[in-house]
Amino acid sequence: MEVIRVENLEKTFGTLEVLRGISFSVHQGEVLAVIGPSGSGKSTLLRCITHLETVSGGTVSIGGEYMVHNGVYAPASVLRSICLNVGLVFQNFNLFPHFSVLRNITEAQIHVLRRSKKDAERRAHDLLAKMGLSDKESAYPFELSGGQQQRVSIARALALDPEVLFFDEPTSALDPELTGEILKVIRDLARENMTMVIVTHEMFFARDVADRVIFMDNGVIVEEGPASLVIGNPESDRTKSFLARFTGQDQDYSV
Amino acid sequence: MTKMLAAMFQGTLVSLEIFLLTLVFALPLALPAAFARMSRNRLASGLTNGYLLVMRGTPLILQLIFVYFAPFYLLGISFNRFVAVIVAYVLNYAAYFAEIYRGGIESIPAGQYEAAKVLGFTRAQTFFRIVLPQVVKRIIPASGNEVITLVKDTALAQTIGVAELFRTAQNASARQFSTMPIFVAGVFYFVMNWVVSLVFARIEKKLSYYR
Repeated sequence: MEVIRVENLEKTFGTLEVLRGISFSVHQGEVLAVIGPSGSGKSTLLRCITHLETVSGGTVSIGGEYMVHNGVYAPASVLRSICLNVGLVFQNFNLFPHFSVLRNITEAQIHVLRRSKKDAERRAHDLLAKMGLSDKESAYPFELSGGQQQRVSIARALALDPEVLFFDEPTSALDPELTGEILKVIRDLARENMTMVIVTHEMFFARDVADRVIFMDNGVIVEEGPASLVIGNPESDRTKSFLARFTGQDQDYSV
Repeated sequence: MTKMLAAMFQGTLVSLEIFLLTLVFALPLALPAAFARMSRNRLASGLTNGYLLVMRGTPLILQLIFVYFAPFYLLGISFNRFVAVIVAYVLNYAAYFAEIYRGGIESIPAGQYEAAKVLGFTRAQTFFRIVLPQVVKRIIPASGNEVITLVKDTALAQTIGVAELFRTAQNASARQFSTMPIFVAGVFYFVMNWVVSLVFARIEKKLSYYR
């Protein structure tokens, strides 16, 4: 089953064409990695699907419903509920600094999904346990390491039970040790068949965890296919030259 | 001496009334002014900008005189002096607070809005639950400055004949052929602002549980 379907997505900033006709889909339980050089449009693509940017044209459907159809957005009321099907984990975590860890995870459950405080806290406890942060629920974000903050932000996104979880370079603000910590969490989620789209520069992680990889350059999808093929044995010269820089850095992220 | 002090306490009461009423009206009024200033609507932001420029670009004492005398010369009606003082002070201080609020609101990183949006918060929820509490913490030091200035600015109310603390001190001074009452008034202002500083230090401490 298709959870996300993107057709001919276009995004321009002024005269700059950042996305030039992107089409792909994401299936239930699949892990899709999006790789490519800086400025290739990966993050913009994610931000368009999570409705942080307004697309210039094309179609995005989420869970079978059109978020935007041929450049026309769904009415505001519908749009909000459609967008709740996708979660996003940011590169810089973007936790709410004035809320405790617990409240970071419960606030949207209570005030957006209208869950009871008790239910919201139970869900938060479960997620924090899973993230190995049970002892941190009354801490404030500034008291946590980057890796811990990112795990809280993953828990915050999961608490709303999204159909798909997007990651925008989730480890780029972390040192290698903390990176492993986050990659382990993502790997665990993949084992539970969480549908995920990950924009990442961690090529070997993408190869190991993703089912499928999309290589983007200059606003278009250059190559798309099974992770082992696109990263292990790319067809296009552009993909080859991009990946050439990563050989020899193979790291074992399996924990 | 006791008679002088009694009169000065009376004057202090008037000063405190001006001080409190100004804050009660100016603090909330500054919020819509800040929003209007940040609005994408050219007319709203243009008009507000004009208001802010005039209020911050001319002396408070002049504004006070204008508010008191303009209605009389233009419309033939006149306000109660005390009301005129409050109107002038509120208009003036709301302008300063509006700019402080705007600075605070604009200093909140875009990522906070983006995280809130992705989590499904409405715009109102985002502002009141996520942004405003963080703004309050950031604007406390600048607001403290403004509030301290207000305590001292109450002395200008005498310009249109409101007998606040400084006027009472000057009267006492004239009666006694001595500058002593003026310096006593100085001690009064100092004590009031000491309290203001303590209150602000306390609020800052209370909000220091996060960074």
